[in-house]
Amino acid sequence: MTVTGIPLSEAAKGSVLEISGMSVQGVMRRRLLDLGFVPGNTVEVLRRSPLGDPTAFRVSNTTIALRREESSLIFGNPIGGNGR
Amino acid sequence: MKPYTVAFAGNPNTGKSTLFNLLTGMRQHTGNWAGKTVVTAEGTFTHNGKEYRAVDLPGTYSLYSNSVDEEAARDYIIFEQPDVTLVVLDATSLERNLNLALQVLEITGRAAICINLIDEARRLGIDIDLKAISERLGVPVIAISARNRTGIKELLNQVERVAEGTFVAEPLRIQYSEEIERGIAELLPLVEQAVGGDYPARWIALRLLDGDESLLASLRKASLGIRVSVPKEVSGHGATACH
Repeated sequence: MTVTGIPLSEAAKGSVLEISGMSVQGVMRRRLLDLGFVPGNTVEVLRRSPLGDPTAFRVSNTTIALRREESSLIFGNPIGGNGR
Repeated sequence: MKPYTVAFAGNPNTGKSTLFNLLTGMRQHTGNWAGKTVVTAEGTFTHNGKEYRAVDLPGTYSLYSNSVDEEAARDYIIFEQPDVTLVVLDATSLERNLNLALQVLEITGRAAICINLIDEARRLGIDIDLKAISERLGVPVIAISARNRTGIKELLNQVERVAEGTFVAEPLRIQYSEEIERGIAELLPLVEQAVGGDYPARWIALRLLDGDESLLASLRKASLGIRVSVPKEVSGHGATACH
């Protein structure tokens, strides 16, 4: 599967992305899907912790914090928001 | 007569504990802390003269264990086999919540779906077709507002039907891709031989294909006769990589 877009870990704070896919396998993939990181879903980058990791994302009406470890493996295409 | 056991499953923040508290009132054995159910609360309630034991499982997004909470919820449903698993969903965010409902229904048909916060959803202009959801899932679906105490009687009537076995559904069978179905077909006889008829064999076969190590560990314990159940106290070490 070819995944387009930028990793969520690189997305600017405040930006909104449409999830295009992820390169995680196994139980972690399943879990991320269960949390709402489903292709086609929109995700907003809410805020980063002072040290840059983890980052809080808003997906399916819920705030979920992910570490770079995971967020760098989820890809999305920016569709707006007030990110720079 | 032994009381029926009702396990409450649901995503965090669906009002699951509000409903639990409303039904069990002061008749709880253990407390739980606001916002974070880290202790499995147990209580009793009666409906139509029949006693029920209510078990509040930890709030989870999924039964595919990645944390102590999710394993606890999953193990309870599989190994303790409650008479009814009541899946509490948030009416304002059904899309994600139904995911957990599907996972529960793949394990057991002895379930009912409770759509909470229906008043909130109506205010937001969300219209929910209960009949359609019930038909697709094959189990009773009831809309309630735990906060305003609406729909509770109807909910308990449906819980009673499932508990008494007047209503029994087959576990929901999701048709997977040919490759996965082939794998299930190969594993199924072996799983049935290993675990007997007590556990949902198709579901276990699916998890084996997933390579779910923690389920294997729980199964091993169960087969050795070690009681697998919800830890009474889940301490803070259930931290996961995410969330």
